[in-house]
Amino acid sequence: MLDKVLFYFFASIAVASAVLMVTRRNVVHSAIFLITALLATAGIFLQLRAEFLFIVQIILYVGGIMVLFVFVIMLVNLDVALQQIQFARQKWVALFVTLALAAQVGLMFWTSGKMPGGLPVLTAAAAAKLSPNSEIVARSLFESYLLPFEIASVLLLVAMIGAVGMAKKRA
Amino acid sequence: MNSIIQTTIEFLKAFWAPLLSGVAIVAILPLIVGYIVLVERKLMADMQARLGPMRVGPHGLLQPIADAVKLLIKEDIIPDNADKLVFWLAPVVSVGAALLSLAGLAIGPAFQIAQDINIGILFVVGVSALGIFGIVLGGWASNSHYSLMGALRSSAQLVSYETAAGMALVSALLFAGTLNIKSIVEAQSNEGIWFVMLAPVAFFTYLVASIAETNRAPFDLPEAESELVAGYMTEFSGFRWSLYFLAEYANMIVVASVATTLFLGGWLRPFAKVHELAGFHLLNFLDFVPLLLMVVIGVYCVQRAPKQPTRVQQMFMLAVAGLCFVLGLVLLAPVVVPVAKPFYAGIHGGFWFILKVSLYIYFFMWLRFTIPRYRFDQLMRLGWHFLIPLSIVNVLLVGVALIAGSYFNLKGWGLLLVTTPAAIMALIVALLILAADRERGARQDQAAASDSYAG
Repeated sequence: MLDKVLFYFFASIAVASAVLMVTRRNVVHSAIFLITALLATAGIFLQLRAEFLFIVQIILYVGGIMVLFVFVIMLVNLDVALQQIQFARQKWVALFVTLALAAQVGLMFWTSGKMPGGLPVLTAAAAAKLSPNSEIVARSLFESYLLPFEIASVLLLVAMIGAVGMAKKRA
Repeated sequence: MNSIIQTTIEFLKAFWAPLLSGVAIVAILPLIVGYIVLVERKLMADMQARLGPMRVGPHGLLQPIADAVKLLIKEDIIPDNADKLVFWLAPVVSVGAALLSLAGLAIGPAFQIAQDINIGILFVVGVSALGIFGIVLGGWASNSHYSLMGALRSSAQLVSYETAAGMALVSALLFAGTLNIKSIVEAQSNEGIWFVMLAPVAFFTYLVASIAETNRAPFDLPEAESELVAGYMTEFSGFRWSLYFLAEYANMIVVASVATTLFLGGWLRPFAKVHELAGFHLLNFLDFVPLLLMVVIGVYCVQRAPKQPTRVQQMFMLAVAGLCFVLGLVLLAPVVVPVAKPFYAGIHGGFWFILKVSLYIYFFMWLRFTIPRYRFDQLMRLGWHFLIPLSIVNVLLVGVALIAGSYFNLKGWGLLLVTTPAAIMALIVALLILAADRERGARQDQAAASDSYAG
């Protein structure tokens, strides 16, 4: 019961703040709601006993990326930004993509009734059974998925060097 | 309805202890912070050959309470063009993040609110970093240029120095091999050596970066009063302002505790291992140090009491002395009564932990009154050109030293054989970076002098 209450608490916060983030006209308010949505998602991670993912979500997304977001937003002149039309006018594309996604999710729910065992249920592992979280993540990253991990890090490195190079040219 | 009540009971049953200690922290922390501020003012006065606050209570001992009352009854002003909701939210975020991160700390082997989370140290560091949003949003919501400048500086500073601090933590964590706070301290107890000896360069890096992260002088540019009035807090007054103040000091406690846990052996006594070694029993007198300290302070207070001018102050002085004696008795118990050792060991552990944290904070204050404020471009240069390269190189060197250590099967003090060369090499790297940076710095200084304002 407690688990359910906590899950619906975090989930409703996440969904509501995601909606608010898209609909607010003020960019800073949007950023605040994005932060709330990220924190609520972190809460759901914590409920699944994925402690490491929880703290990585907070440190990287909230503490790192969002600080930079807010930093950049503050450099923008908000009064000018408010007068501009902020919403992209790709209504039809958006509608199509949303419908496709909704159909996909609906299909999953519809077919799951016929599947043996119903929807796959995610359950939190017993705390005693779990070896340290960070260790599991490290092992899967550096043993099972070493190549994709290295490719991703090379990609990030290229992006970083590219950004520095472009910034240097301007100055 | 029934299920709601059941859930509440279930919740309370599972979490009554953390809830109670959380309430206790929220209730006690403002008092502790008030007295830290008093100590800071007294220290400042001492270093500047003044007396400091003397009016309220003997030697100004009641000054924090007077200050708190003044702040609480002050008029609460919200600027007309401020974003009211964010203006209200910002100080709360700041203080909330600082208080939440306190929950992960372990003051003694027995006392920790969020018991045994296996990401312990990451939780403390990550959550306390969220406090930056309070500063940034507060600065933006005030709708004032000074506040916005302070907020921008603060976020730039935090992002730059968090990397260096994180790298410094990594070097110490390599020795511990775990993120759990209790296990980190236990690792230091098993090795018989504090990690500050094994990774001195990392400790230095963390020390500098933690000052920058808590916005303390000489890195207090977000609130530099000579340029920005009060930086991000310019428009805040009364209670909201005091929330920011609380958050700043709570953050100091957090970084000091993290440094204590990782580098200074947490709640371990100096030479904690000598209980088991023959021939070193003399060092066990260290067990009596907490007791002696309390008795000495108590006796001093009793001796000074008759010299106080008014009767109330005399009574107060005697009360302080009595408190010291009671604490002394509590600290005496584990030494005399060997039964129920784990619980009593917790009391002594708490003493050593608090002592180390206080020394760390004392160092912060000492620096504040000694070193003038950095210019913003100097601050950034120090962070990006010196601390970050140094900390990354240090992580590499410490890793190599650890591998060499495990190759030669070294343990405890023996590890010094490999970590000292690593530290010396890191020092050489630091000197090289400084030498390379000096030329570039001289050029930039010329540019800044003609620019007159950089930031």
